[in-house]
Amino acid sequence: MNDMRIVERDVDTQKAKITARGVQVHYGTTHALKDVNVDILDNTVTAFIGPSGCGKSTFLRCLNRMNDTVASARVSGEILIDGENIYDKRVDPVQLRAKVGMVFQKPNPFPKSIYDNVAYGPKIHGMTRNKADLDEIVESALRKAALWNEAKDRLNAPGTGLSGGQQQRLCIARAIATSPEVLLMDEPCSALDPIATAQVEELIDELRASFSVVIVTHSMQQAARVSQRTAFFHLGNLVEYGETGTIFTNPTDPRTESYISGRIG
Amino acid sequence: MTDATASGLPEARSQGGASLLQQDALMKRRNAAEARFKFYGIAAISISLITLCVMLWTIFSDGVSAFRQASLELTVTIDPERLDPEGDRSLESLSKVTTIGYGNLLSGALNDYMAERNISVEGVTPKQVGDFISRDAPARLRNMVLADPDLLGQTIRFSTFASGRIDGYLKGRVTMASAERDSNITPAQLQLADRLVEAGVLTSAFNWRFLTNPDASDQRPESAGLGIAIIGSLYMMFLVAIMVLPIGVAASIYLEEFAPKNKWTDIIEVNISNLAAVPSIVYGILGLAIFINFAKLPASAPIVGALVLTLMTLPTIIIATRASLRAVPPSIRDAALGVGASKMQTVFHHVLPLAAPGILTGTILGLASALGETAPLLLIGMVAFVANYPASPLDGGFFDPATALPVQVYSWASRSDPAFIERSSGAIIVLLAFLLAMNIIAILLRRRFERRW
Ligand SMILES: Nc1ncnc2c1ncn2[C@@H]1O[C@H](COP(=O)(O)OP(=O)(O)OP(=O)(O)O)[C@@H](O)[C@H]1O
Ligand SMILES: [Mg+2]
Repeated sequence: MNDMRIVERDVDTQKAKITARGVQVHYGTTHALKDVNVDILDNTVTAFIGPSGCGKSTFLRCLNRMNDTVASARVSGEILIDGENIYDKRVDPVQLRAKVGMVFQKPNPFPKSIYDNVAYGPKIHGMTRNKADLDEIVESALRKAALWNEAKDRLNAPGTGLSGGQQQRLCIARAIATSPEVLLMDEPCSALDPIATAQVEELIDELRASFSVVIVTHSMQQAARVSQRTAFFHLGNLVEYGETGTIFTNPTDPRTESYISGRIG
Repeated sequence: MTDATASGLPEARSQGGASLLQQDALMKRRNAAEARFKFYGIAAISISLITLCVMLWTIFSDGVSAFRQASLELTVTIDPERLDPEGDRSLESLSKVTTIGYGNLLSGALNDYMAERNISVEGVTPKQVGDFISRDAPARLRNMVLADPDLLGQTIRFSTFASGRIDGYLKGRVTMASAERDSNITPAQLQLADRLVEAGVLTSAFNWRFLTNPDASDQRPESAGLGIAIIGSLYMMFLVAIMVLPIGVAASIYLEEFAPKNKWTDIIEVNISNLAAVPSIVYGILGLAIFINFAKLPASAPIVGALVLTLMTLPTIIIATRASLRAVPPSIRDAALGVGASKMQTVFHHVLPLAAPGILTGTILGLASALGETAPLLLIGMVAFVANYPASPLDGGFFDPATALPVQVYSWASRSDPAFIERSSGAIIVLLAFLLAMNIIAILLRRRFERRW
């Protein structure tokens, strides 16, 4: 688990799924994100790394407009998904979030049954016509999130009664049940044991086939293991962005180098 | 800064190697403070419990007797000669005889009964014997006969309340000593009452009519009941509940979840908090001005009382509801929004169910305080003497005059006859029973909602 093995995977596509141009975020008087420009590729796992408080979560939340719910947050700049500006006046953030799913830093299952947790998204988006369809979606989402074996006998038990790691996998299942095109994951493995982490990493790798995945992580090894692209944030700046292999072996910016070698952060 | 903390380390800490088996001075002081605080807490709880017990004890010892009432079992011959002088049994001629005629008939029946059984009436005039019978009885008998003229000529058993003083004697409120000073009763009458009890004519039993009768005038406390007050209070609680819950919950959800946070919402917030502190009598004046003088709604009507109480409880309910909405963890909202739920779906599918137990508790507590509210109802005329039951809600009963339980307590407590003081305490017991019922409903609803996590 603790090797610094860098997986050299072929990046399947060079098509940009998300394009950010000049993104700035202010929380009141705090300037949390300063002029971020980045192209996130389709069918790719992109890792955001950087010291605590550098703006990784903030940028992630810009991508599905969750920052709209923070009263003090002001976002400027442009973020395009498939060439459409998601901050355009005509965009309804609710519709956007069906397309851009999110797993939060802290597991937050609904205080409902495991089944209802996963079924909620498909239900409100009218993705199913009957109960059998829904059952199928729930099962496949739980299987993908490596929770099916543990949960199949207690689908009607409350989701909040699961262990922390199981809850996080339930949240992953909930996010993928709506089949989003982009999946944002904010430190999805921070509450997981090594085995569950490995399962989730495997899942992330599988998800890459159909989604573009963005993952925030504090574990350099994890970033190296699962991602093809890595972005390094520092004090609200996007310092360096490129092939994961290049960032870890041959960073151009001295700040990246010292972070990766453990000198800052 | 670091230097200061380093050199400022407490003595106790620096003397390393002190035994754990011995408490040092600081520890002793901290434990003593804790013990003192526990003592204060226990003392405070004891004081409140004692106060509660004293209160309940006074109310129950004064009020339980209101539920029992002395009554006389009479055998009356409905004499056609006296009640139907024209002999045609028509309603018209029957109604010419007033209650005085029926009173004489009843008092005659009681006098005859004693003569038959050789019960000594020493020192008591036949008129004073008649005073044993409640003034309520002649009217009831008259109504019976008017409703069913076939009773004429029959001999029926007629049960009637004994008058308030006799009832008070059986309950120990009236004594020989107090009768000496009382112009309405003599000691000889009380001795006769003892003999009647022995003979089994004068008995004391549970009195349902305390709960069903309308209020009665000062002269006949024995027949005064809570019927209209209970109906009035029930009507008002129903109306308040259906008005306050939707308005209060909608206002809270809007303010808490949808409204932008700006200076207007700040002003509204401050005003709601202030309204919750406005004395209730002010709402009474407001109700008088708006609902009665301006909107021309009838005075004394449950609908007006309910509108006033709704205005009064709204701020409390909005505050309670907002507090329970705010207590729902924000991560739940994030989770719902994150899977693409709209704001409305987030609130109604996730936030509201979690806040429901708190909202219900707040609402029922608000309703309970409205149920016990007196002052504003006095101002809108609900203290008036109401003799007729309001109609059923479907027949516009909400607009008929009625009273309310706390107002009835107030008006009985301010009457001069001590028999009303007992009834006032009895009314408080009924009010407390209502409050208890409401709290039980609150607890049951809470349980039901909480079981869904
Ligand atoms: N709701 C908010 N209100 C005000 N300031 C905020 C808010 N959220 C984040 N910030 C500030 O924005 C900056 C970036 O925060 P962010 O949460 O993006 O950091 P992060 O990189 O995700 O850190 P971590 O790795 O600890 O999660 C921080 O300085 C933080 O204090
Ligand atoms: Mg974060």
